[in-house]
Amino acid sequence: MGGVFDRLAELLVDEVPVALATIVEGVGVDGPDGHLLVRRSTGDGVEVVGSLGDPDLNRVVARDALGELSAGRSGVRHYGEHGEARGESVSVFVESFAAPPRMLVFGAVDFTAALVRVAKVLGYRVTVCDAREIFATTQRFPLADEVVVDWPDRLLAEVGADLRRRDAVCVLTHDVKFDVPAIVGALATSVGYIGVMGSRRTHDDRLKRLREAGITDEQLARLRSPIGLDIGARTPEETAVSIVSEIIALRTGRSTRALSATDGPIHD
Amino acid sequence: MALARVVDVEGSGPRLPGAVMAVTADGEVAGSVSGGCVEGAVVSEALDVLATGDRRMVTFGYSDDEAFAVGLTCGGTIHLFIERLDW
Repeated sequence: MGGVFDRLAELLVDEVPVALATIVEGVGVDGPDGHLLVRRSTGDGVEVVGSLGDPDLNRVVARDALGELSAGRSGVRHYGEHGEARGESVSVFVESFAAPPRMLVFGAVDFTAALVRVAKVLGYRVTVCDAREIFATTQRFPLADEVVVDWPDRLLAEVGADLRRRDAVCVLTHDVKFDVPAIVGALATSVGYIGVMGSRRTHDDRLKRLREAGITDEQLARLRSPIGLDIGARTPEETAVSIVSEIIALRTGRSTRALSATDGPIHD
Repeated sequence: MALARVVDVEGSGPRLPGAVMAVTADGEVAGSVSGGCVEGAVVSEALDVLATGDRRMVTFGYSDDEAFAVGLTCGGTIHLFIERLDW
C-alpha cells in the first residue's frame, strides 16, 4: 500500500494526472492488495503501481481507469473476479486526479490581480499575459502560476491546442490592439469560456473590429462580453467574483437567479 | 491514519465522489465528506477502522426520524469507503 500512496503523493505535488483504483466491496476487499495507481507516462507508456490481487482484473481496471481519467470522472465500477465486464463480484472506486483547469488572463491590471486570487481559490492554474514588461511582473501577481510577457496571439499559438471546455480565457485589457488578437486567438481554440471586459460602448466597437477581422456572428456568440454576471460588482474583487460565477454557471448550464427565488434541486 | 472517501452519491448530495477526510488515532481531522451533517459519525467509524484495520463501506441517507441523529438533511444518500492507510 505504501508504494501506491507514496507515488500518488509525488504525482499530485507535481500536478501530474493520475487515477487511483481501490477495491471497496466484494472479492479482495479484506485482502493484502486493493489499490492500483495508473497514469499515462511518456509516449504510449503506462505507469502502473500496486495490485488489485488478480492480473486480469489489474489489466482491465487499468484500461478503464485511464479512460475515466481522460474524462475527468470518478466513480464506482463493477467487475467479475478476473475483470469480467458483466461481473458484479468486485466493486472498484476509480478516482481521477486530473490536472487543474487553466485560466489565461490577458491584461496585467488591478482587475487581473483580484481575478488571479479568486481563480486560485477555485483551483485554476493561472497564467497572466501582457506585452508590457513593466506591468506583467510576478511582484504584481504573486499568486499567478506564471506571468508571461508576450502578445496574446503568440501565447495562444503556443498553448491554445491544450485548452478544453473546462478552461477559461479572460481578456481584461480594454485595448483593441491587444484584445482583438487575444479574442481571435481564443476563438480558434476549444476553450469553454471566453470573457471580455469592457463597457457596452467598448463592446460595440470591439464587435465591429472583430467582424472586420473576419469573425462570424456564430463565433461571436461564444464571447461573454461584457464579462461577468450582473451582480452590481464595482471593485476589482467584486468583479472577479462576478466573472468566476459566470464561468461556473456557463459550465453547469444553470440559471443565475438566487436559489431563494427558484425551486428544484440545488445539486444535480 | 484512516481515510474516508465519498465513492458514490445518490440524489442530492453535498460533495462529489472523491471528497475525502483523514482521521488520526488522536482524533485529528483534515478535510470533509459532507456539509457537516455526517462528519461526527464518520470520525467514530474511522477510529474503529484504525483500531481494527477492517476496511468498510458506510452509507448515510436521509434521516427524518429524530431518534437517528445522523443523516443527510438534503434527501440524498452518500456511500463512503473507509480504510486504514499503512504507509
